[in-house]
Amino acid sequence: MTRTLNIKDALNEALRQEMEADSRIVLMGEDIAGGAGRDDINPDGTDCWGGVFGVTKDLLGQFGRDRVVDTAIAETGFVGAAIGASLVGMRPIVEIMFADFIGTSFDQLLNHAAKLRYMYGGKVSVPIVVRTVTGAGFRAGAEHSQTLYSLYTHVPGLKVVAPSTARDAKGLMLSAIRDPNPVIFMEHKRLYLLDDDVPEEPYTIPFGVARIAREGKDVTIVGVQKMVHTALDAAKLLAEEGIEAEVIDPRTYSPLDEDTILGSVEKTGRLVIVDESHPRCSLPTDISALVADKGFASLRSPIKMVTGPHTPIPFSPPLEDAFIPDAGQIVEAVKSQFEMARS
Amino acid sequence: MTVGRDTLIDLWTRMVRIRRFEDRVATVAANNEADGFLHTYSGQEAVACGVLPPLRDEDWFTSTYRNHGHAIARNIPLDGLAGEVYGKANGVCRGKGGSMHVADQDYGMIGGMGIVAGGLPIATGVAYGYKYLGKDNVSAAFFGDGAVHQGAWHESLDFAALFECPVIFVCENNLYAESTYIEYHLNAESISAMAAPYGIPAVQVDGMDVLAVRDAMEEAIDRGRSGGGPSLIEAMTYRYGGQYEGDNQLYKPAKEEAWWREQDPLLRFRATVEGIIDSAELDAIDEQAAADVAAAFDIAIAAPWPDVSELTTDVYAPIA
Ligand SMILES: Cc1ncc(C[n+]2csc(CCOP(=O)(O)OP(=O)(O)O)c2C)c(N)n1
Ligand SMILES: [Mg+2]
Repeated sequence: MTRTLNIKDALNEALRQEMEADSRIVLMGEDIAGGAGRDDINPDGTDCWGGVFGVTKDLLGQFGRDRVVDTAIAETGFVGAAIGASLVGMRPIVEIMFADFIGTSFDQLLNHAAKLRYMYGGKVSVPIVVRTVTGAGFRAGAEHSQTLYSLYTHVPGLKVVAPSTARDAKGLMLSAIRDPNPVIFMEHKRLYLLDDDVPEEPYTIPFGVARIAREGKDVTIVGVQKMVHTALDAAKLLAEEGIEAEVIDPRTYSPLDEDTILGSVEKTGRLVIVDESHPRCSLPTDISALVADKGFASLRSPIKMVTGPHTPIPFSPPLEDAFIPDAGQIVEAVKSQFEMARS
Repeated sequence: MTVGRDTLIDLWTRMVRIRRFEDRVATVAANNEADGFLHTYSGQEAVACGVLPPLRDEDWFTSTYRNHGHAIARNIPLDGLAGEVYGKANGVCRGKGGSMHVADQDYGMIGGMGIVAGGLPIATGVAYGYKYLGKDNVSAAFFGDGAVHQGAWHESLDFAALFECPVIFVCENNLYAESTYIEYHLNAESISAMAAPYGIPAVQVDGMDVLAVRDAMEEAIDRGRSGGGPSLIEAMTYRYGGQYEGDNQLYKPAKEEAWWREQDPLLRFRATVEGIIDSAELDAIDEQAAADVAAAFDIAIAAPWPDVSELTTDVYAPIA
């Protein structure tokens, strides 16, 4: 049976269902329950926060403090501890409250989680999930708004997931938990309340399989996480002008579904990639390189990237709005492709 | 009392300016007049006003996202601060930082940092620089009780002790790291006790008593200026607001908050100066502070937004 859930609640359901099924799973992070040390005023085991955005709400009540662990502000410590616990059979899921804070734990991910299996000859694996929160548009300033997808995607050994719908969020979360590798699971703070039809029973969505969010024959628009929705808005505007855009949501960036992107470009001959991140060494440059390399013959015009600028993310509302790509910029990019056709 | 009347008046002025500013920020947040996360400082005024006035203007310090009190205690003009809360062009960072990242190095405030413990290594480096350059300045780093779990915290104390950097680590221990109570998150006996293994002199002080904080600070400053290296001050205090405005605060027992409100730094100050400054004079300063805050917000509200061209400026410094 399906019903309408938003991304926050779909993730909560995924965590709950998998924790019910697998006692090896523990959640760790700062204020993921909230009120730790104050059980005297919350004696019935209710949480105060359930995380800043409420994704882990009410899990404390069901699973207790042994499995929903509020940590100190020690990301290196608890991410590393999750790695260690996973080596001996646990399935830890840790939360880094904002993707921007990952710097404080990055060494454990970059040099340990990602590499232990490879450099130790393949005997061990690190089945952890690192949930974190991405995205601008929340007026949260330069240190609470980044996406940083490409930092992880760059690192062999890590898997990188960034869902844009509630249905995908749940299915990808269950895959992430069951995956024997370290998975960075990125949740966009401005998508948490977005509704979708979500099946009630547990289900998985495989990594490395893109979702075609809209079919079209004239141009392929690849959207990164929240930008999938912006791309869909642009597709509507383009349709009014007789241009049918195909919108692709890769859903996972490591692994990346190359075939779906290449197949779509083969059909449309045009590619626009939209990402709110900074443009350099990014998912758009990566996907551009892929298509320039393996899909060159299909291209009828230059590949276009629509991204945020190479600047930190400003607080001031009009500046932040100018930072984030909008549908109008995508429409412009597509139109420019029709003007710059290859003879 | 070793502190003169003028100094007392000055400390009171700074404290009430903070309180009235944060009262207004709370209203702004409640009415959704400004966007973003707003972290208020009410309750902690005695820490900023004990620590910052004894420093020289050229003694730089780092702050956190909970920085309005630090800015005001350093006499950064209120209109620029209010402008930054809204992200207006008149803001101290021209709107690009926002409330969490208030800064003005002309007043010694390197800036508010959003990453817990992010300021400690930087303040340590500032002190290292002063020493290398042969200056007798000291630096300071504010941090909360939650910050002591970060590697950056430990590495800073270690570096500062090893190289005898004149940095003063100032802990504002308000008993909570977001919603998490200190007795849960801290295994050490106290935060001041955590400085001992690094060989750093540390004291725990009553952070609701501006003069007690000031005494501790003066001692730490003397140590730093005279080549005695780093110090740590743990000021016991309380935040009246949530982690940020809008926080449900379900984790705070009402009795606890009531007890701390009886220790209110403004009330305590009034009691301390009884017989030296009459309450009508204190009231008049408080009213003036409220008027100054209102005027500052009027300026900020009327100020223009930054021009969109500002989006791409100041990413890199130009090559001279
Ligand atoms: C490295 C890092 N982890 C997590 C956070 C999220 N966060 C912001 S404030 C805070 C609590 C800090 O508590 P404390 O140090 O006691 O300072 P207070 O807010 O009480 O002044 C947390 C966990 C962060 N900003 N940086
Ligand atoms: Mg605190």
